[in-house]
Amino acid sequence: MSDNNSNPNSRRDFLKIGSLIGIGAVAAGAAGYAGFAAQDGKEGHAGEAETALSDSEKKIKVLTEDGQLAEIKASELSPVQKDEYTSALQEQGREGIPGKHWVMVIDLARCRNVRACMASCQNAHHLREEQHHINVLRMQDAEHTEPYFMPKPCFHCDNPPCTKVCPVDATFKRQDGIVLIDNERCIGCRFCIAACPYSARVFNWFEPKNEEEDQDLLYNVELNVPQKKGTISKCLFSADRLREGKLPYCVSACPNGVYYFGDLNEDAVTNGTSGETTRFSELIRKNAGYTLLPELGTKPNVYYLPPKNRMFPFEFNGKTTLEDEHHG
Amino acid sequence: MSESLSKEQAKKLVDKYAEDAIRPMKNHKGFLPWMGFLGLVMVVFGYAYYIQLTEGLGVTAMRDYVSWGLYISNFVFFVAVSLVGMVVSAVLGLAGQKWVKPITRVSEIIALGFVMVAGLVIITDMGRPDRFLNLFMYGRLQSPIVWDVTVITTYVAISTLLFILPLIPDLAFIKKKMKDMPVWQYQLYNILSLGWIGTPEQYKILHKSIRMLSIIIIPVAMAIHTVTSWLFASTLRIGWDTTIFGPYFVAGAFVAGTAAVIIVMYILRSNYKLQDYFTDYHFDMMGKLLVLVSLLYAYFNINEFLVPAYKMKTGEAVHLHTLFQGVYAGLFWVVQIIGMGLPIFFMIFKHWRKPNNLTFIAVIVLIGAFLKRYIIVVPTLLHPHLPIQNVPEEFHHYFPTWIEMAVTAGAFAMSLTIITILLKIFPVIPMWELAEEKGITEEFEKYD
Ligand code: SF4
Ligand code: SF4
Repeated sequence: MSDNNSNPNSRRDFLKIGSLIGIGAVAAGAAGYAGFAAQDGKEGHAGEAETALSDSEKKIKVLTEDGQLAEIKASELSPVQKDEYTSALQEQGREGIPGKHWVMVIDLARCRNVRACMASCQNAHHLREEQHHINVLRMQDAEHTEPYFMPKPCFHCDNPPCTKVCPVDATFKRQDGIVLIDNERCIGCRFCIAACPYSARVFNWFEPKNEEEDQDLLYNVELNVPQKKGTISKCLFSADRLREGKLPYCVSACPNGVYYFGDLNEDAVTNGTSGETTRFSELIRKNAGYTLLPELGTKPNVYYLPPKNRMFPFEFNGKTTLEDEHHG
Repeated sequence: MSESLSKEQAKKLVDKYAEDAIRPMKNHKGFLPWMGFLGLVMVVFGYAYYIQLTEGLGVTAMRDYVSWGLYISNFVFFVAVSLVGMVVSAVLGLAGQKWVKPITRVSEIIALGFVMVAGLVIITDMGRPDRFLNLFMYGRLQSPIVWDVTVITTYVAISTLLFILPLIPDLAFIKKKMKDMPVWQYQLYNILSLGWIGTPEQYKILHKSIRMLSIIIIPVAMAIHTVTSWLFASTLRIGWDTTIFGPYFVAGAFVAGTAAVIIVMYILRSNYKLQDYFTDYHFDMMGKLLVLVSLLYAYFNINEFLVPAYKMKTGEAVHLHTLFQGVYAGLFWVVQIIGMGLPIFFMIFKHWRKPNNLTFIAVIVLIGAFLKRYIIVVPTLLHPHLPIQNVPEEFHHYFPTWIEMAVTAGAFAMSLTIITILLKIFPVIPMWELAEEKGITEEFEKYD
């Protein structure tokens, strides 16, 4: 490359990712990933300042491929081709967010089956009502033990049986621990459903819910939207939100403080309701945290705090089946 | 031996071989209606599959829990049946069992017919068949599916060779003998017979190659079904997570395949008057073989069900309960008792190894083998480690829809079409091998 045209090229690479989506949101999430206390559900507003830009000499904040925040002249901003953009998203999605190891802690003592998590998740990922990325189960361990509610996302196992069996590397584990699905590559063999011992995966048996509305959306591998017929979907730890420095959809939706989410490397997790950040190790140690079915060797990244000293009495309407007729 | 046959007798014998081998290849009454029937089934298949393609896999009864159903059990069954080519032609052949000679070609044809369609059957199960090529573009060695694709392709290749090589002398012979065949057929024989003129050296090379292929195909055939069993055994599911699945499946495949050969032998024998090749003795021996492999299979079944039933681990207990006395009990006991136990018992008696009776038993065994695959696939998926909740009622059970059944029927029709066509184009009687056994190779080659 000669010096002359190295500039536009490098800029293009530089902008390859993030620039377009990121702009507004990035600024909001600019506090980085260290703690999530900053947002408290008011995300996205900082973006408005940017969209009001008219002066071409104004600088604009963009997120580079490696997650760095940078500034660039608004006049130099050039859109990337759709295809190129999708594949750039794909690439970024496969890579993950360097230096992170996401974990979730679910406090069973606080769960009273409100299902705000389920609703916000289905909403975000354009899921049908019977498709659950996160599912609140009614559990009872033995005949004479007390029942309790247990939200169950994908556990983003460190030894994931699901990714091992995928014949085309459509489901994969990234460096930050998240297990994702590339709906543009999945062949729909459903081997991963068979392999996941936690029934965390769902399949698009029919046209996805928003098939028509979503037609023109760019496919985002970190959101699994638009959903694709004949392919798999499952909990993504809201990888798209993490990239913006926000907490996952379910975590911020819970009114009862059930969820903690954070980075194992920093030993810090933030409660989605109170916004408080605590030491992960301490939380687990003090409350006898555990993982589900550890004997299977899957090494989950979702931890449970046992349902003791319950905040609410166990109330249950006795229904564990969706009543609505299934629509074809 | 050759001394015992005079020139004249030898010539007569070769005459007879030729006539018997060519007879099934000639057009006859039943052929067109039969092909018409198969074609019709395939048209229905096409329609059903078209619906599935356009509307999605949701037109099947499969849902998020029972996410594999009839299609996968079809696949296992097809692979199982195709294993038989190996048992009969390779294992018994290498073991010096001369009686299997006339049966080898039939079993190779069955093997080819089923293994070729097995690959298609797996495509019918895919949510995105349009992305089939991803398997080759992004194939990952860690996945048992990729192993399966690899070994099955290898098996198809070696089986084809093992089918074609022993045909060479016969095709060269028929080329001379059958005067009224169409040009394409002549050309085909001409190409496939590779300039065979029947010299002793050629015979030597042929024997060597067949022997080598017979040895190679044994591990490959074991591999196709072992790897297929690993599609299940490599998961952490209750009922699949066991170590004996490999040999358990292979033993089951021997049973299914042997039964299939008996049935085809019977059809050939009664349709084309081939009693002299598929004799009562052959049925008797195949019956004994079926008893042997069924006993082996029964042994694995006892291990597979009795040991967990003794321990009754939490999850296993639920699973076994469903099989022994729950929703699947009827099917389970029918398969185990009528499909396996009783046939073993009856076949011990010589009377039940007579052609008619044995074929009757073989049909039952084959149906049992098919249902058995279904029982291996479906009930396990209904008992995941965590409860099935907050999904519609239909997610809690599985019964195939008409689309799945039509697609299944179509797959069988395809296999049968391949088998029928192969039987029409190629002589099912291995003439040169029989001639060789009688010590009249020379007459066979000089024949005109
Ligand atoms: S919970 Fe299931 S889908 Fe999620 S990583 Fe583990 S095995 Fe895979
Ligand atoms: S269904 Fe898709 S993601 Fe799952 S194993 Fe098959 S190709 Fe991979």
